[in-house]
Amino acid sequence: MKQKTIFVATAVILAVAFALGINLYQSKKTEQATQATSQNSEALVRFHSPTLGNASAPVHIVEFFDPACESCRAFYPFVKKIMEANPEKIRLTIRYAPFHKGADEVVKVLEAARKQNKYWQTLEAVLAAQPQWAPDHSAHLDLLWPHLEGLDLDMARLKDDMKSPDFTRIIEQDLQDVKTLNVRGTPEFFVNGKPLPSFGPEQLQKLVEQELTTAAAK
Amino acid sequence: MMASTDIKTSLWPLVFLSWVLATVSTLGAIFLGEVMGLTPCVLCWYQRICMFPLVLILSAGLFPLDVKVVRYAFPLSLIGLGIAVFHLLVAEGVIAESMTPCTQGVPCSQEQIEWFGFLTIPMLSVAAFAAIAALLIITHFKASK
Repeated sequence: MKQKTIFVATAVILAVAFALGINLYQSKKTEQATQATSQNSEALVRFHSPTLGNASAPVHIVEFFDPACESCRAFYPFVKKIMEANPEKIRLTIRYAPFHKGADEVVKVLEAARKQNKYWQTLEAVLAAQPQWAPDHSAHLDLLWPHLEGLDLDMARLKDDMKSPDFTRIIEQDLQDVKTLNVRGTPEFFVNGKPLPSFGPEQLQKLVEQELTTAAAK
Repeated sequence: MMASTDIKTSLWPLVFLSWVLATVSTLGAIFLGEVMGLTPCVLCWYQRICMFPLVLILSAGLFPLDVKVVRYAFPLSLIGLGIAVFHLLVAEGVIAESMTPCTQGVPCSQEQIEWFGFLTIPMLSVAAFAAIAALLIITHFKASK
């Protein structure tokens, strides 16, 4: 039947045009974002940002991170796995984008724990217990405390340190860089300054591998 | 018998064209919202509620052609047109934003896109709903002749 052919052909054309449109738009956006980060490279990494791994590693992952963000929690094991699979070759820097309500207070907890040299343990404990202290997409410090007990932190000192205006300044600076780099959601990754072409752990793995190969060829 | 088949072949393209318009509008709305990441405002959502089902209802009316599909599709296109016109007036500043239900989230009066210097999303929506409604009216009157 001719009408059916017209209908199916139109549907296929529209679907293909839609898919092509998505592709075109995303590749253009990635290009723009790469340009934006290279023009604002100082906004990508700040001196104050917590960093893990070899300082002279050829691949540098910058993660814009919100401790109360579910996707950041889900991504963390992948990031860890990628780093463990390539020892000494990857450096991870955490930048803060506390978009969730009350998440800035949790950032202060992390920064205060960093002063006691327990940053990464605390980060892992915070993420592990996230469903318990952020049940309604907003952070509740009173619900978080019990989950930090096993870490041997000096809690009185930690709570005192949290009042430091330095931490507020760090968060303000990070949020300003979030705007400069046009980070809309968390987690947002930049691998050697390049944003993910599309969101997902496989995409991160691929981009890291790509950068490792480029670095090895040099 | 012959005459009714003739009418059917002349009506099919009309319903088909309105389906194409609804599908293009739906894909466009999904593209703006999901790919470009523009958050739809409240009025946009109401227009989506009217536009998205047209894709399914109209395609169901195409095989085999059922002119009664106008009865189900036309009210949606008319309501959609009403909301789209209202949205356009809000966006153009004819109606003040405070009178609209958009007090939270994305304000409806904010223009997110302006193509060729004048073409906005509400304009496209008005055009799409108006064209679909017109096509369906023509279908209805041609069929009842």
